[in-house]
Amino acid sequence: MILRVLAGAGVIVVLLALPYWVSAVWQNLLITTFYYAYLAQAWNVLGGYAGQLSLGHAAFFSIGAYTSAILAIHLGISPWLGMFVGAFLAVLLSLGIGYLGFRFGLRGFYFVLLTVASAEICRLIALHVPILGGYTGLFINFTPNPRQFQFQGKIPYYFVSLGFVAAASLVVWLIQRSKLGAYLLAIRDDEDASEALGVDTFRYKMLAYAVSAALTAFGGTFYAYYQFYLQPNTVLNLNHSVDIMIRAIVGGTGTILGPILGSLLLELLGEFSRTFFAGGVAGLNVAIYGVLLIVVVLFLPRGVYPAIVGLVRRVTGKQA
Amino acid sequence: MSLLVVEGVSRSFGGLQAVNGVSFTVAEGEMLGLIGPNGAGKTTLFHIISGFLRPDAGRVRYSGEDLTGLRPHDICQRGMVRTFQVTRPFSRLSLLENVLVGALERAAHRREAVRIAEDVLALTGLAEKAGHMGHSLTLPDRKRLELARALATGPRVLLLDEVMAGLNPTETGRLIDLIRSIHGRGITILLIEHVMKAVMALSQRILVLNYGELIAEGAPEAVVEHPKVIEAYLGEGYSGLDV
Repeated sequence: MILRVLAGAGVIVVLLALPYWVSAVWQNLLITTFYYAYLAQAWNVLGGYAGQLSLGHAAFFSIGAYTSAILAIHLGISPWLGMFVGAFLAVLLSLGIGYLGFRFGLRGFYFVLLTVASAEICRLIALHVPILGGYTGLFINFTPNPRQFQFQGKIPYYFVSLGFVAAASLVVWLIQRSKLGAYLLAIRDDEDASEALGVDTFRYKMLAYAVSAALTAFGGTFYAYYQFYLQPNTVLNLNHSVDIMIRAIVGGTGTILGPILGSLLLELLGEFSRTFFAGGVAGLNVAIYGVLLIVVVLFLPRGVYPAIVGLVRRVTGKQA
Repeated sequence: MSLLVVEGVSRSFGGLQAVNGVSFTVAEGEMLGLIGPNGAGKTTLFHIISGFLRPDAGRVRYSGEDLTGLRPHDICQRGMVRTFQVTRPFSRLSLLENVLVGALERAAHRREAVRIAEDVLALTGLAEKAGHMGHSLTLPDRKRLELARALATGPRVLLLDEVMAGLNPTETGRLIDLIRSIHGRGITILLIEHVMKAVMALSQRILVLNYGELIAEGAPEAVVEHPKVIEAYLGEGYSGLDV
């Protein structure tokens, strides 16, 4: 117990001091790590706990990003407020897709296709609606003002993104301890058996979808005010949804630390392959990254975190 | 007064009439056996009663209420729960967590649910394996887990779909004792079963289904002598209890 408290305190001290020690490159790397860890954690609620694979989370992300940006640009509403409007709209969309998917019993691949299609529709809307910037994209003017979610330098972004990860992980921790968490894991393992045991599977899947969508939308707002530029073919690209999902899967779905470890690992792999293999043969670093990813998935099919837990148990000789 | 009333229930899949105009009633506290050859429509009938399938015609009434259109979880929450012929443990949850899923809805808080789950695991002889994962169970334990999870929901009516299938005679004997003790607690039981020893030992009354239709109904001893039943299911030479 004391050991755990000490370890926890140590991690907190390191996380608080870290941005002051490292270079700007590593600051950026850490922010990206937290940013993806946050999005993967949000995805984890639906994809990991409830076991409903979504490849369309870019839709909720973009609703959060565009809504907060548009409200700030045209109405002067601070993104700190706008992000909640974005989350609300993302929840509405998730309930719409969820209703179609869950009420009509779409499972597995068919649900995945529904989520892909929904993100694709959002991309086409963003490309063709003038107020959203169309092909050129949407530029946000930089006016360093924390009240407008705009910060000078990397360090504030580091702490905001760290706070996002901590908040999302707290939400997932609370879910895991609650009845909702037990039901979601049961639904993931066997939906019909859950339903037979009195679990309103439709309701709990909808709830998981809504929570996941709202959290993802907040992440979109962060992105908008970190990049200051939104382009539909980037933020609403299928790749973006894959990037979110892959981190949760590599780290271990249905666990709290999985998405965080997955994000850290993939960021480090990406940085490693860029550092050592970029600049020579074009695209070699991306290929190396892909190979490393395959190796990780091949040897740790359930994810990095469950593998570590298994290893610790074997070493300490404790049973599950 | 009947607790469960099945009235003229029919269901077809494409050209196949799986269940055809089946009617019967189950009294509170009764233990009723449902037998018939493979494909006779027994499991389809369970799917309809438990809300997994809608009947094309007819209705199911439970405790005076029409269940048509209710979803399985609604029916479970009203006190009627089913098990699955092909066992469906939550493979990545522990046994205790498996049973908790059934207990959480009716418990006021988690601690009470855990207590219910532990009681049920003790009753079904799974207490020592509470920490084992769902995927690691042997077939007899999986069958017991099906039963344990269903019991955790606190049912008035238990629909058991072939809980004896694939068990050896010793295990079958133990499970017969367990089901009898569950029935002794006042729970109404409707069981689909192929193991005649179990059906004969447990049922107070037996229904026989063939090609989706009810062909016989009555006391176990009478039903096994019924010419139609011998022809359709048991075969010539069936001589009662020694099978």
